[in-house]
Amino acid sequence: MKLIHKYSAPKRFYELAGMLAPWFATLTALLFISGLYLGLYWAPPDYQQGNAYRIMFVHVPNAWMSMMAYVAMALFAAAGYIWNIRLADILAKVTAPLGASFTLTALVTGSLWGKPMWGTYWVWDARLTSELVLLFLYVGYMALQASIDDARRAAHASAIIAIVGLVNIPIIHYSVYWWHTLHQPASLTLTSQPKIYITMLIPLIIMSIGFMFFYLTMLCVRSRSEILWRERRADWVRKLVESRS
Amino acid sequence: MRKQNKRLAFVIIGLAGVSVAVWLVLTAFRHNLVFFYSPTQVFEGKAPSHGVFRLGGIVEKGSIKKDGLHTTFTLTDLRHSMVVHYTGILPDLFRQGQGVVVQGRRVGTTTFLASQVLAKHGANYMPPDVAAELKRSMAAKAKAALS
Repeated sequence: MKLIHKYSAPKRFYELAGMLAPWFATLTALLFISGLYLGLYWAPPDYQQGNAYRIMFVHVPNAWMSMMAYVAMALFAAAGYIWNIRLADILAKVTAPLGASFTLTALVTGSLWGKPMWGTYWVWDARLTSELVLLFLYVGYMALQASIDDARRAAHASAIIAIVGLVNIPIIHYSVYWWHTLHQPASLTLTSQPKIYITMLIPLIIMSIGFMFFYLTMLCVRSRSEILWRERRADWVRKLVESRS
Repeated sequence: MRKQNKRLAFVIIGLAGVSVAVWLVLTAFRHNLVFFYSPTQVFEGKAPSHGVFRLGGIVEKGSIKKDGLHTTFTLTDLRHSMVVHYTGILPDLFRQGQGVVVQGRRVGTTTFLASQVLAKHGANYMPPDVAAELKRSMAAKAKAALS
């Protein structure tokens, strides 16, 4: 708890994030390069889809991250709202555009795969629709943030959207089990044997960890600039600017 | 009560309330959220009797007949089946034994006129040689079980 207090001061976090960002970025680059190499060259073609299945190395990690980023955003927003932690407000705010881009990427790559495989770019089945609702939740959150000038009030108002939208996450996850959908059920679950052959699974896992570190990298970079903007009148920022110029 | 505890309680109760509301709505619309009906549901009269709806099932082995762009095949859920007529381009994954969803209307008791055919993809991914190996071992197992 003491550590949280120590590092949740914006100035401390600014320094900590600045220290971590290059490490996260390096890890992301290494994971992306090896994951894409293994996924695009080393992994064998699929018995039914041939090479078209390889889009999953981008689609699946983005779909996972779209949900994980949302949960993170809602938890940050709730913490900021309940305990008045300024840093939590900042982390929630900068997570939203990241989550929205994960969601959009998942929708677009899925759609491009859907045309040749399913025979359509889009269907209104429960999985696709609930993922689209997730995109709208992110956009709604960002719009509300942008429409209120006072940072504190913007954070509180939009926290409500973030928390209410949390209900959508289990719906996305379980949609393929609760209803007949065109989208296939999960190939990877915690409780059963993976339904993906090992040589295809390895690049998928590497890419997923890669996208997680990509999120962490961007979280550090974006929260640093948000902190600078919010603290632009603070002494330490002025000194920092003076020391650089 | 401290202000923070009050806000915490507000968030928890609020989230619980919204969850219950959404759950009720989803339960009420359960049938409308179904993407497709099975041939058995059609047979039992649970699918719409007229108008456009979607039918899902497996393409029966050896039932595909192609004549130019016109395709006829039997769609089955292994209990009941319907004969589907379709004119147009089929998706890559359309083949016998594959799960498909067709959209269109019923003409007669077991005939379906489709305006769109969608292939449903399973959750399995493997290389071709592994798939062939799996098929061989399954066939060997089936043979062993019979003898």
